[in-house]
Amino acid sequence: MIKQRDLLQILAQQRQEQIVITTMGSVGYWPEFSDSDKDFHYLPSSMGQAVPLGLGLCLAQPGVEVIVLMGDGSLLMNLGCLVTVAQFSVPLRIILVDNQLYEVTGGQAVAHAGRTNYALIAQGAGIPRVYTCTTLEQWQQLSVEALQGPGPVFIWCLVEGERGRTTPAPPRSMTEQIHRLQKSLGIST
Amino acid sequence: MSGWRADEAVAALQQAGFSHVVWIPDSFFGQWDAALQRCALSLIRVTREGEAIALAAGLMLGGARPLVILQSTGFFEAGDALRNVVYDLQLPLKLLIGLRSYRAWRAGASQDSAARFAEPLVQAWQIPYQLLDPASVNLTAFATALAALASANHAAALLIVE
Repeated sequence: MIKQRDLLQILAQQRQEQIVITTMGSVGYWPEFSDSDKDFHYLPSSMGQAVPLGLGLCLAQPGVEVIVLMGDGSLLMNLGCLVTVAQFSVPLRIILVDNQLYEVTGGQAVAHAGRTNYALIAQGAGIPRVYTCTTLEQWQQLSVEALQGPGPVFIWCLVEGERGRTTPAPPRSMTEQIHRLQKSLGIST
Repeated sequence: MSGWRADEAVAALQQAGFSHVVWIPDSFFGQWDAALQRCALSLIRVTREGEAIALAAGLMLGGARPLVILQSTGFFEAGDALRNVVYDLQLPLKLLIGLRSYRAWRAGASQDSAARFAEPLVQAWQIPYQLLDPASVNLTAFATALAALASANHAAALLIVE
């Protein structure tokens, strides 16, 4: 399995101009690797809503690429979003950071932990490009391909569960994040 | 009964300045489906109402002007997304909410609990709103209310009696 921190480090190396939306666990690590106006730490959040938020950005700004990092607990709260996403040919890349548990609440297992095939769910929803990644070596090779080309793309990454982490704090307030993101997109507020 | 023709109601949405409609139809708004597909507004179909609100947030972050159309029951479901978008992200979310069974409930002819809780819940979320009954107001009043909704610089809702 992959360590979440290593996964994000490689993503940061591969990332170009994409907006990166982080949630929960990834909010804690991503600032170690990136401090871009196009980083959007979706926290405080509504759990499970990062994917529709990213899709909305894609639809409002055609051509702008968006990467959403979300956990399995979050995706389980909003599986229908994969069907919604599949309706559109947009450069949205969903990276499922599957640690099989609710990390910040103390490491309790998600429903049917370790037995759910999220790649099949994404395929069944109609997402055309779906990848599965279980080792760091795989991720190093696969991330190059998965982060390029047409979207939407769903990448299921199995990572080690980490217990003892608490809810991270984003490096900036939500107001400042929104201002920076919109400025980077040329949107006057 | 509604005196609002679907194509005229949808034209009013467009004239108000909305760019996208994010929706899950109910039996009243569902009559607008064909007109929405024909119009210049981008129609986005979602699977849950909370998802609709988060998607609208992404659209707003990207500079668009979405309208979320949903039934009161979906509004109940969408509470956490609404809380986050309106109060954490502080985005000017615009909602068109159908009040299921409301007319019959007010007349004492329905026990549908959805009607009982819809308006109090909008108030509880502190969302400014206007309530219109298509049976008693014409399309011009709807268009005027929509224009006010669209131009508000804060979250707001238009409640439609069903």
